[in-house]
Amino acid sequence: MDLAIQISYLIAAGLFILSLKWMSSPSTARRGVRAGEIGMLLAIVGTLLRHEVISYEWIVGGFLLGSAIGVPLAYLMPMTAVPQRTALSHAFGALASALIGTAEYYRETPHGFVMVALVIETLLGFLTFTGSLMAFGKLQEILPTRPLVYRGQNVVNLTLFAMAVVAGVALILDPTQTWLFPVFAGLSLMFGVLLIVPIGGADMPTVISLLNSYAGLSACAMGFALDNKLLIIAGALDGSSGFILSVIMCRAMNRSFTNVLFGAFGQVQESAGKAVEKPVHSASPEEATEMLEASRLVIVVPGYGLAVAQAQHKLRELYDSLTKRGVDVRFAIHPVAGRMPGHMNVLLAEADIPYEKLFEMDDINSEFAQADVALVIGANDVTNPAARHDKSSPIYGMPILNVDQARTVMVIKRGMSPGFAGIDNELYYMDKTLMLFGDAKAVLTSVVKELSAVKA
Amino acid sequence: MAFDESLLFVFMLAGFLGFELVRRVSPLLHTPLMSLTNAISAISVVGAILIAGAEHASTLSRVLGFIAVTAATINAVGGFLITDRMLKMFKKRDTEKR
Repeated sequence: MDLAIQISYLIAAGLFILSLKWMSSPSTARRGVRAGEIGMLLAIVGTLLRHEVISYEWIVGGFLLGSAIGVPLAYLMPMTAVPQRTALSHAFGALASALIGTAEYYRETPHGFVMVALVIETLLGFLTFTGSLMAFGKLQEILPTRPLVYRGQNVVNLTLFAMAVVAGVALILDPTQTWLFPVFAGLSLMFGVLLIVPIGGADMPTVISLLNSYAGLSACAMGFALDNKLLIIAGALDGSSGFILSVIMCRAMNRSFTNVLFGAFGQVQESAGKAVEKPVHSASPEEATEMLEASRLVIVVPGYGLAVAQAQHKLRELYDSLTKRGVDVRFAIHPVAGRMPGHMNVLLAEADIPYEKLFEMDDINSEFAQADVALVIGANDVTNPAARHDKSSPIYGMPILNVDQARTVMVIKRGMSPGFAGIDNELYYMDKTLMLFGDAKAVLTSVVKELSAVKA
Repeated sequence: MAFDESLLFVFMLAGFLGFELVRRVSPLLHTPLMSLTNAISAISVVGAILIAGAEHASTLSRVLGFIAVTAATINAVGGFLITDRMLKMFKKRDTEKR
């Protein structure tokens, strides 16, 4: 029996690995999900058969309640809310491993190596739990999305973290000090909250990936504590995946981890030029329509504003009617556009825009020079030419989309407010830039209407 | 309890493997990738089952185990379902139309 259980774990681990492997291409990705599901099922059945598992009522109750919450969450969540849902699921995953670690501690009071693993598991679990809840609150806009900063914030955070670590080490040295455990848990929980407080919306893609990584590592540490290789493998896969994603996100903003976590990017920069009133050219949807219709190549640059305005379906209508007129329409996706890695791709895919029209930054940047129109919808900092030449700009060195090289630039924007980095975008003041002021959905609607009226 | 160092080897190999696999995932699929790995890490349900189903467990243990089973199930069920829902939307339809 024990052998059968170990084999089911082994197959499950293999399936998880295949699952990630198949994720590499859209054509095999759904097979990857199947593999993951079967792996999970095998692991659960195998565990239920273990002789240590005696009573089933609480387990079945948990399955039922979890499914009752999980299924509607998966089907009813609109695609624009995917970042929030992801943050929430990081919170659930972290909560599970933190509580398992807690229960394990009170049951066994383990010593030595197991206790080390258990402390790491609970530390990461608790801090990721509150951190992810905070991220969820910010993404859902229950909490202010601007970073909250105060003097000495980093000192406070580091002190708190150091205290949590000290409590953890003390527990490792003497696990019988049970009074210390709640202190340790409380410090970890508080640190999670304070860690995310100073983080602004623009940094969410990095932070959400980092939390993903922590949740995975916590599960991994649980594997060490329970002497379970399947947990270690699955946790390590999740941990390294989140880690790579956050590295990619950091690189896409030319920033370091420390800078993201402690830099409080996105606070309103007082110094960054209280811009003098510079003239901008604004245009009406009719003028925009004329130019779009006469173009050969249009490159659309979507950003978080598109998600906020829920304008992806209108954008698809625009894509359809332009394509019908023989205009080549492509989409340029900056790695940090939106609030999580790949956010824009999912949004555009939801609107049925074929994925071969979505291009990564490096693949499309050379095309902008040939584009008749670059249409920027709800994106800001990733198009700011200041990143290339203005050494004083906070975003200097960040790789950007070469929107300014297009013959004409159109920007759909609600007003002249600066982006999340709080920086003025010089793109808006260029001679070839036309500003289309208004809600993205409303502007796109009138452009689409104009287009169908012009119909030859 | 004796420390089984083979666990560290497993960890290292799985970490490197994860690195190599995830590096190959196109940025197009980064969001579904994250929800998939999230669902996979719901494997912590294994630990939760062992806690919630143990023989002479205290009430605290049972309650913590129950919450953990619930939380992990939400992720496992919800994570795989929403990943599939997202992936269904990635279509390559344009080429055939022309």
